[in-house]
Amino acid sequence: MSNKVVNILVPIISIILGLIVGAIVMLVSGYDPVAGYIALWNGIFGDAYAVGETIRQISPYILAGLAVAFAFRTGLFNIGVEGQLMVGWFAAAYVGSTFELPMIIHLPLSLLAAAAAGALWGLIPGLLKATFRVHEVIVTIMMNYIALHTVNALIKAVSGGGYKTEKIHPTASLRSDFLSQLTDFSTLHYGIFVALAMVIVTWFILEKTKTGFELKSVGFNDHASQYAGMNVNKNIILSMVISGAFAGLGGAMEALGTFGNMTNRGGFTGIGFDGIAVALLGANSPLGVIFGASLFGSLKYGANNMPNAANIPLEIVSIVIALIIFFVASGYIIRVGLQRLAKKKEAK
Amino acid sequence: MSKRKYGLALSLVLAAGTILGACGADKEKEKENANTNTSSNGGNESEFSVAMVTDVGGVDDKSFNQSAWEGIQKFGEDNKMSKGDGGFDYLQSKDPADYTTNLNALTRRDFDLVFGVGFLMEDAIDTIASQQTEKNYAIIDGEVDQPNVASILFKEQEGAFLAGVAAALMTKSDKIGFVGGMEIPVIERFQAGFEAGVEAVKPDIKVDVQYTGAFDKAELGKAAAGRMYSSGVDVIFHAAGGSGNGVFTEAKERKKADKDAYVWVIGVDSDQYEEGKVGDDNITLTSMLKRVDVAVQDISKLAKEGKFPGGETKVYGLHDDGVTLADSRGAIPEDVLKQIDEYAQKIADGDIEVPEFVKKK
Repeated sequence: MSNKVVNILVPIISIILGLIVGAIVMLVSGYDPVAGYIALWNGIFGDAYAVGETIRQISPYILAGLAVAFAFRTGLFNIGVEGQLMVGWFAAAYVGSTFELPMIIHLPLSLLAAAAAGALWGLIPGLLKATFRVHEVIVTIMMNYIALHTVNALIKAVSGGGYKTEKIHPTASLRSDFLSQLTDFSTLHYGIFVALAMVIVTWFILEKTKTGFELKSVGFNDHASQYAGMNVNKNIILSMVISGAFAGLGGAMEALGTFGNMTNRGGFTGIGFDGIAVALLGANSPLGVIFGASLFGSLKYGANNMPNAANIPLEIVSIVIALIIFFVASGYIIRVGLQRLAKKKEAK
Repeated sequence: MSKRKYGLALSLVLAAGTILGACGADKEKEKENANTNTSSNGGNESEFSVAMVTDVGGVDDKSFNQSAWEGIQKFGEDNKMSKGDGGFDYLQSKDPADYTTNLNALTRRDFDLVFGVGFLMEDAIDTIASQQTEKNYAIIDGEVDQPNVASILFKEQEGAFLAGVAAALMTKSDKIGFVGGMEIPVIERFQAGFEAGVEAVKPDIKVDVQYTGAFDKAELGKAAAGRMYSSGVDVIFHAAGGSGNGVFTEAKERKKADKDAYVWVIGVDSDQYEEGKVGDDNITLTSMLKRVDVAVQDISKLAKEGKFPGGETKVYGLHDDGVTLADSRGAIPEDVLKQIDEYAQKIADGDIEVPEFVKKK
């Protein structure tokens, strides 16, 4: 079997396997899998509204996925996307609601604030890694908790003891009446274009610039890179900063697009953690991240329709969705299986 | 390659964690589903339909989401409606991002009246009410200023005051705890009333207050309760939704380990007597009932009769049975109950004004 065929077969087989196992779970718990999957499909593509909401859900996933993928390409595990996203969310909401500026300045400024906040949150683990060789996984995980509670405290502080920030001014909003009307009052906003632009930016940095080459080379082998005269520490820090900036922009999607403010949160958003899977599903390539994010975003949003239209409890739905993603992620197993099969044939 | 595999494993664990994090044990709800399915054969006589969206606590939070759903079910049964389109239904939110989506989904299914259960849904209700001006909405525990939204508030502080009186009269160690969910106005009303109630009986007691920061994290509620009981607290009042279930777990474990342990929990929103069962004992002292079900039925009825109180804010207090204490089933002795009743009378008559805001220290 040629590589190309395998590459196409693997995701298809894994999705089908996921769907089958998910169906078994629904059957065993006494629900109709056909109705369930129809509801899922309609939840994603059913009407203009659903499509709009699905795309809306995909935007932050793309950015979170890019953040993870970028760090990964440079040999770093950024588990802190979640925290970086939250500080970005807050920064965008704060800048968007506090200042009054013309849109042409306000919107970019809010986006930049989010990116800067995320970058700052990425800078700390980057610095610690570069100077003291503290493993970035530990630091970033802890930075998530720091972000969660810091942001909650900040929300309280800026709102004068309240539990949410003021709504952002329309001049900072990514929302558009046009997109909203196009999709029947969905919360679709221009964020998707920001996300797609960042995909191109990532690709450009990694593939077309000297910096990108250095970053990747440090990721492959830092000793060799150092020997070749690259500044390894500088590259580690830079990588975490850029990665954090993407994550911060992901937060801006929520602040400037979906919600228009930030509410005191009891727990993580989950987008940052899902971003890890998004990146790995997309093989850490910018283009792959779009596919990974589309899968995650669609399933996550579409799943909401399963309790709504097919009466399947949310808990069963969560299991089914997790199974589908699980099988897609374990494409490696299927790939090995297919290769074995091919080898056997050759042996004959 | 090994790094890649490591990453894949790590991501799977984390992804599974966030996805499965939302799931809880759900036998209760299955039962509930079965019940409504069997009782729903009555057919649809009325044109009126009503639905609700839960907040992240879920419909089986044994607290106010559940109470609201019970109210809707009751209303549905009384009016011979069936579960589903054109009757009554609910959708659960597992993330704040789902509020708008769920409200929209129910609106699209043409429900005449959609309840948003919980303070955190204010923004979402506000947005959709301005888009779908033909439909009616109601928000529980929040206020939304739109002509097609009815806002429902409760005087939690009055019920919590009584809970505070009960706690102060029942404590042996003179140490009392309060476990809250998030520090939002609703929960602070509970805290303010509770502290005032304790103070009215025993001014020296300082209530040990801890917020878990979430309504859906039972483990945090358990940890808070564990710390309090260990420090000598013997009565804990919780206003933490699903997180409060952890308070019960902790108390039950202590009671199980030592039958003579003097630990009590005061439940919240709905009668949480069942939660407190330990063998033959029960650690639920009483529950502060917040009759979300009464309010939901009330508003639904008005809407059905075409008298929907859009743009108005209805406040349910002790006076109109919106808040009260549940039957303690013998946990509270007669003479104490009498004293509680006296306080209740004073509040209902307006002799005692229960503070709404937490005293700043």
